[in-house]
Amino acid sequence: MIKNFWKDNSTPVLCVKLGATVIGMFIFAIFIMPPLYTLFCDITGLNGKTGGQYNIETKKGVDSFGVDTSREIKVQFIATNNETMPWEFKPIDKTVIVHPGEATVIKYYAHNPTDRAMIGQAVPSVVPYKAAGYFHKTECFCFNSQPLQAGESAELGLSFIVDIDIPKYVKTITLSYTLFDITGNSEENKISQNTVVPEVLQLVSIN
Amino acid sequence: MAHGPAKGFSRWLYTTNHKDIGSMYLWFSFAMFLLGGVFALVIRAELFEPGLQIVEPGFFNQMTTMHGLVMVFGAVMPAFVGLANWMIPMMVGAPDMALPRMNNWSFWILPFAFAMMVATLFMEGGGPNFGWTFYAPLSTTYAPPSVTFFIFAVHIMGASSIMGSINIIATILNMRAPGMTLMKMPLFVWTWLITAYLLIAVMPVLAGVVTMMLMDIHFGTSFFDAAGGGDPVLFQHVFWFFGHPEVYIMILPAFGIVSAIIPTFARKPLFGYSSMVYATASIAFLSFIVWAHHMFTVGLPIAGELFFMYATMLIAVPTGVKVFNWVTTMFKGSMTFETPMLFSIAFVILFTIGGFSGLMLAIAPADFQYHDTYFVVAHFHYVLVPGAIFSITAGVYYWLPKWCGNMYNETMGKVQFWLAFIGLNVTFFPMHFVGLAGMQRRVPDYNQFFADFNMISSMGAFLFGAAQLMLLYNVISTIVSGKKASDEVWEDPEGLEWTVPSPAPYHTFSTPPPIK
Repeated sequence: MIKNFWKDNSTPVLCVKLGATVIGMFIFAIFIMPPLYTLFCDITGLNGKTGGQYNIETKKGVDSFGVDTSREIKVQFIATNNETMPWEFKPIDKTVIVHPGEATVIKYYAHNPTDRAMIGQAVPSVVPYKAAGYFHKTECFCFNSQPLQAGESAELGLSFIVDIDIPKYVKTITLSYTLFDITGNSEENKISQNTVVPEVLQLVSIN
Repeated sequence: MAHGPAKGFSRWLYTTNHKDIGSMYLWFSFAMFLLGGVFALVIRAELFEPGLQIVEPGFFNQMTTMHGLVMVFGAVMPAFVGLANWMIPMMVGAPDMALPRMNNWSFWILPFAFAMMVATLFMEGGGPNFGWTFYAPLSTTYAPPSVTFFIFAVHIMGASSIMGSINIIATILNMRAPGMTLMKMPLFVWTWLITAYLLIAVMPVLAGVVTMMLMDIHFGTSFFDAAGGGDPVLFQHVFWFFGHPEVYIMILPAFGIVSAIIPTFARKPLFGYSSMVYATASIAFLSFIVWAHHMFTVGLPIAGELFFMYATMLIAVPTGVKVFNWVTTMFKGSMTFETPMLFSIAFVILFTIGGFSGLMLAIAPADFQYHDTYFVVAHFHYVLVPGAIFSITAGVYYWLPKWCGNMYNETMGKVQFWLAFIGLNVTFFPMHFVGLAGMQRRVPDYNQFFADFNMISSMGAFLFGAAQLMLLYNVISTIVSGKKASDEVWEDPEGLEWTVPSPAPYHTFSTPPPIK
């Protein structure tokens, strides 16, 4: 029976095959489609999502300190609060002009005006989406969730490099952060795990 | 061997007979059709005049959602499965379905699924109000608490459809009478075989997408939640990867029914049988690569817009082959216009109109104007109502004499056809105009300058509803007091189902029939 499995279409074997197809498609929908979608968007930059932490040395064959001073790119920063997020959230540096390859640090400002401790999570998005793959963040507050005590404020740091290979027609990049309230979503253990404050944030924490 | 049906209610509870189960599927789907129709009439009553008069906007949203869900999963799909149960074993010369016990189960979980889904209307926070496409985050972050019941109901419906289609595939592949080769099968059997494969492929994806919703809502995952690194657009991709094949699941068996009826009343064999088979298979294949045409406005890249636009237009080719084959079958035939034929001809004409508005919607740059307007509503009702509903009605009139042994009243049938035909066009044709003028779907109020057309639509909807009550009356009066039908019923119809007596005995083809 086993050796003829692929040719045998008697009813029990057929049912096993069709059932396996059903399970396969279910697994495909839950475990393969979402990662595939994320991968596809990472490669193409389609949904404007920027990559994770960028390590300069990973880029082979390029002088990691090579700066293309012949080009100037305007980088604009936008901040949006998602739905009911009550924090004050805005870029301190609204626009910077950078050369491709040049490491730049800018800051956002966040303030929790409520009387309770909250956790925020910023989600980045880059326009034009074709620039997403060329916009590298070496440090970013968006890599971690951001806890703020009642009334506390913080300056949130972002350091980035625009890739020197960025297409010639890109003159302006807009980076948008949407701040989400994830206080309710994170269980307690999650909060303690995820709230390792990155160095760049510890430096600028005020109040 | 020659057992008759058991006595009493347990006959229906325990039955493994394909005819009993087919009848239960058909009655269940008709009940759901009337329920979904009532929901539709609530919508049309509210839209009779601009402004809010009858229902709260929140309840209006629940009505649009439930109308879609009940019609798609409760009316159209079970009706086709019911017809498959009744006709496929008789068409291929089999004594019953391949897996009769599973057949019983796949029917009997359905009433529970719909009881659960309809019960959400009475729960705190109301029923599903996010549209039948249940886009996240409307159906996750902003959903009423009853959404969990909705998710489980969809799981059960999916399980029912999957079991039904495994059964149908096993029956068609393994239970055919000797000599009934694949290319001798009636087209209804062919279209159902292909539909069953579509169901096997995409119902698990639907189960997957609602499972991801369930996990996002209750278990802290973030598949569709941007705050946690997910993406709401992913929902739309996964949903429509299921959803587009789903719309063909609701139309391919209809092609099969019409391909059985038109040759009978044109008194000519079906033109281009093998091209019909290949066209059906091509449509099924294409259905997997066009899903994003539902999402032209989410911000696809130009290359994606173009790919999905051209792939969508490509579907018009095999569909055109089918339409031309039906027209050619009728060409120079000795046509008569009994009720099933009237419904079938209306199917060919109106489905083609729906196909043309589909082509308009496929044009990506133009779709930005049409998206989420009543033009879309007009389009998919023109393909689904004359497509699925008319073909099912045609099939019921065509095979009812074989099922119950009595002939329906031809005059009553024709009156019902014309009521339904006029009602349908009066309801949905004006929606093209208000849609092109910018009236949005799923909104309980509208600008006053759409008032006249909406009033016409609402009047048509009530006429169409009355026509369905007449269908119910016709079917019941045929069963109760119709004249005795002959075994052949029609003039020299093709197919094994006409070689058995009317009404079809409880057990048919216990020994395989000879195949010419």
